[in-house]
Amino acid sequence: MPRDYSAIIILGLFVIANGILMIGASHLLSATRRTATKIAPYESGMPVLGSARERFSVKFYLVAMLFIVFDIEAVFMIPWAAGFRQLEGMRGLLLIEMLVFVGILAIGYIYVWKRGALEWD
Amino acid sequence: MTPELKGFIVLTVVKMLVVFTITLVGVALLTLLERKVSAWMQNRRGPNRVGYAGLLQPAADGLKNIIKEETLPDEANKILFMLAPLLSFVPALMLAAVIPFAAPLPVAFDFSLPVLGRFVHDGLVPMVVADLPVGFLFVLAISSLGVYGIALAGWSSNSKYSLLGGLRASAQMVSYEVPLGLSIIPVILLSGNVSFGAIITEQQTGLWYVLPLFFAFFLFFVSGFAETNRLPFDMPEAESELIAGYHTEYSAMKFSMFFIAEYANIVTVAAMTAALFFGGWDIPFTRWDQTPGLPQTLASGLFMFGKTMSFVFVVMWVRWTLPRFRYDQLMSLGWKFMLPLGLVYVMLIGSAVWLIENMLGVGSPVTRGFLLFGLNLGLGYLIFFIIDRGHVVRGSTARPEAVH
Amino acid sequence: MTEIVFYILGAAAVISGIACILQRNPVSAALWLVAAMFALAGIYVLLNAQFIGAIQVLVYAGAIMVLFLFVIMLLNLGRETSDIRRWPALMAGAAIAAGLAAPLLALRLYSPARLASEVSGSPVFGDPGAVLSQGAAAQGLAESQGVVGAIAGPLFQTYLVPFEVTSVLLLVAAVGAVVLAKRRL
Repeated sequence: MPRDYSAIIILGLFVIANGILMIGASHLLSATRRTATKIAPYESGMPVLGSARERFSVKFYLVAMLFIVFDIEAVFMIPWAAGFRQLEGMRGLLLIEMLVFVGILAIGYIYVWKRGALEWD
Repeated sequence: MTPELKGFIVLTVVKMLVVFTITLVGVALLTLLERKVSAWMQNRRGPNRVGYAGLLQPAADGLKNIIKEETLPDEANKILFMLAPLLSFVPALMLAAVIPFAAPLPVAFDFSLPVLGRFVHDGLVPMVVADLPVGFLFVLAISSLGVYGIALAGWSSNSKYSLLGGLRASAQMVSYEVPLGLSIIPVILLSGNVSFGAIITEQQTGLWYVLPLFFAFFLFFVSGFAETNRLPFDMPEAESELIAGYHTEYSAMKFSMFFIAEYANIVTVAAMTAALFFGGWDIPFTRWDQTPGLPQTLASGLFMFGKTMSFVFVVMWVRWTLPRFRYDQLMSLGWKFMLPLGLVYVMLIGSAVWLIENMLGVGSPVTRGFLLFGLNLGLGYLIFFIIDRGHVVRGSTARPEAVH
Repeated sequence: MTEIVFYILGAAAVISGIACILQRNPVSAALWLVAAMFALAGIYVLLNAQFIGAIQVLVYAGAIMVLFLFVIMLLNLGRETSDIRRWPALMAGAAIAAGLAAPLLALRLYSPARLASEVSGSPVFGDPGAVLSQGAAAQGLAESQGVVGAIAGPLFQTYLVPFEVTSVLLLVAAVGAVVLAKRRL
C-alpha cells in the first residue's frame, strides 16, 4: 500500500517543479518596465480610493463555521455508508443511529434557518 | 531496492508522464474547444487564423502568455502573490492521478540497465497513476485545498476587485463542498468502498449508478459546477461586476496558471462524474472489456475519453444557456435546497437499501438498481411537480400572463 | 525505508510548526500551519490510518484552516507587525514552552520494556499483547473491507454513544456560531 502513495509523492514533486518552471520561464522571458500607473491596484482607470484592507461582513465567518459543522457530518457518513454495505446483519441499528445523528443536526439546521443565518442580504 | 520495486517505479513514471501530458495538452485544446463551441452556439466562426481552422491558437496563446510583461502591484504581498497561482495549479493537476482511465493492462518485462540494474514487472497494471485505497477521498481532500489559491490571490493582490472575488469564491466553494460530499455517500452505500476500482467493478456487474442514484448524480454535477466556478456559478470572476475577480491583478504566466487550473478542474469533475455514475471505462452491454488485454485497454480508454468529453461539452453548453445567478440566490440554492436534499436523499437510499435487501431479500444488483430508479422517479415527481409546483420544468413560456 | 519517511515528515511538521510561530504575517502563519497539517496527514498514512490521513487534509486543512483564514481577513489582521515584543511576554512564552517540553523529555526515560510493563498494569489499556494482536486484526480487516469499511464496525458499535454525542457537539457549534454572529437579530 505505501507503494501507491510513493506515486503521489513523485507526481506532487513533478507538478510543483513544473509550476515553478512555468513561472520562472515567464519571469526570464518577459520584459518589465514598472511605471507608477502599472503597479497601482486596478480600479477601472479611476484614481485609487482608499485601501483594500477593509473589514468584512461577519457573514463569511458564519458560512465557514456552518461549513465545518456540516462537513464533519458528511465525514461521519462516509464510514457509515461503507459499513452499511458490509455489516449486513446490523443495518437496522445503523439506520437508526444515523437517523438520530441527522435528526439532532436537523434541529440545529432548522434553528440556523429560522434565525436567518442562511439569508444573504 | 528490489527489481520489482524499480519496475513499479518505471511504470508509475510512464503513467504519470502520459496522464500529465494528456491533461496539459487537453487543457490547451479545451481553451480552443470552448471558443469553438461558444462560436458555434452563437452562429460565429470562432478562432480560425492560426493554423488550420485555428488549431494552433492554444500554442499562440501559450507563447503570448509566457513573453507578456508581468505586473506586480506595489502594495501586494509579494511572496503570497507569487505563491497563489501555484496553490491553485498544483492541486488541480494532482487530482487526475487517482481516476482510472482504462481497463487494466497485462504487462511483463525484465531488463537490465548499466548503472540502475534490473527492472522486473509481471502482472496486471491498473491504468491509474496511483491506485490509492482511499480513492475519491483523496480527490475530496485535495480539491478542498483549491480554495487557498483563490482566497490568497484575492487577499495578496491588495485590490478591491480581487478581494471581493476571492472572498466570494471561497464562500461559494466551501458552501458547495457539503452537497458535493453528501452526493458521494449514496455511491458508497451501494458500492461499500471508496476506491474507484471497486466502484467501477460494481457498476460493471450491476447498473450504472446514474439510474439508481439519479439525484446524487444531479447534486454532484451541480456542485461540480460551483466548485470549478463555471457559469452559472461564476460569481468570483463575474466580469460585469468585478473586472476579473480574484485574478484582476495577475498577468502573463501567473494568470495562465489560474486558467489551466480551472480547466483541469473541469476535466476532473467530468472524469469523476463518468467514473462514479457512468461506469468509468466500462463499455456498456458487453463483458468483453472485463478480460484484460491490449485492445480492451485501448477501447475502454477511448470510452472513458468519450464520456469525459461529453460532460465537458455539457459544461460549455450550460455556459451559453443559463444566465449568472445573483449571489444570494446562489447561496440559498446551496444551503436551502441542495444541502437538505442531499441529507434526505442519503437517508432515503439507506432505508430503501435496507428495505429491498434485508426485508424483501432482493440479491441481484440489477433488480435493486431498477427498484431504486423507481424511487428516484417518485422523488423527482414529488420535488418538481408537487413541492416546486412545476415552475422549473414548465419554464417561463407556459405562464398564463405570457399569453396576452 | 518507513523510518526515513517518518523522519522526513516529522522534520517537516516540526519546521512548519516553528515557522508558523515565527511568522509576523498572520496569513503566512496560517499557511505554515496548513503545511504542518499535511505532514501530520502523511504520518497518519504511514501508520496505516489512511482514512484518518485523508480526513486530516479534508477537515483540518480544507475546512478549519479556511475558517482561520476568513477570521484573519475578517479582523483585518493584515498588519505585518506584532504587539508582543516586550521581554515579559517572551519570558512567559519560554516558560510555557519549557513546561510543555519537559513531559516530552521525560519520555526519554522510558525503555520499551518499561513502557510495556506500565501499560499492562494500567486498567485502561490492559495487556499489551492483546492490544498488539488487535492492531494486527485491524490491519487484516482493512485489507478485506477497505480502509473505510474497517472503521465502521468499531465506530458504530463500540463507540456508539460518543458518536451520537458528537452530533450534540456539532449542534452546539452551529447554534453558537449563529448566536455570536447574529447578536443584533
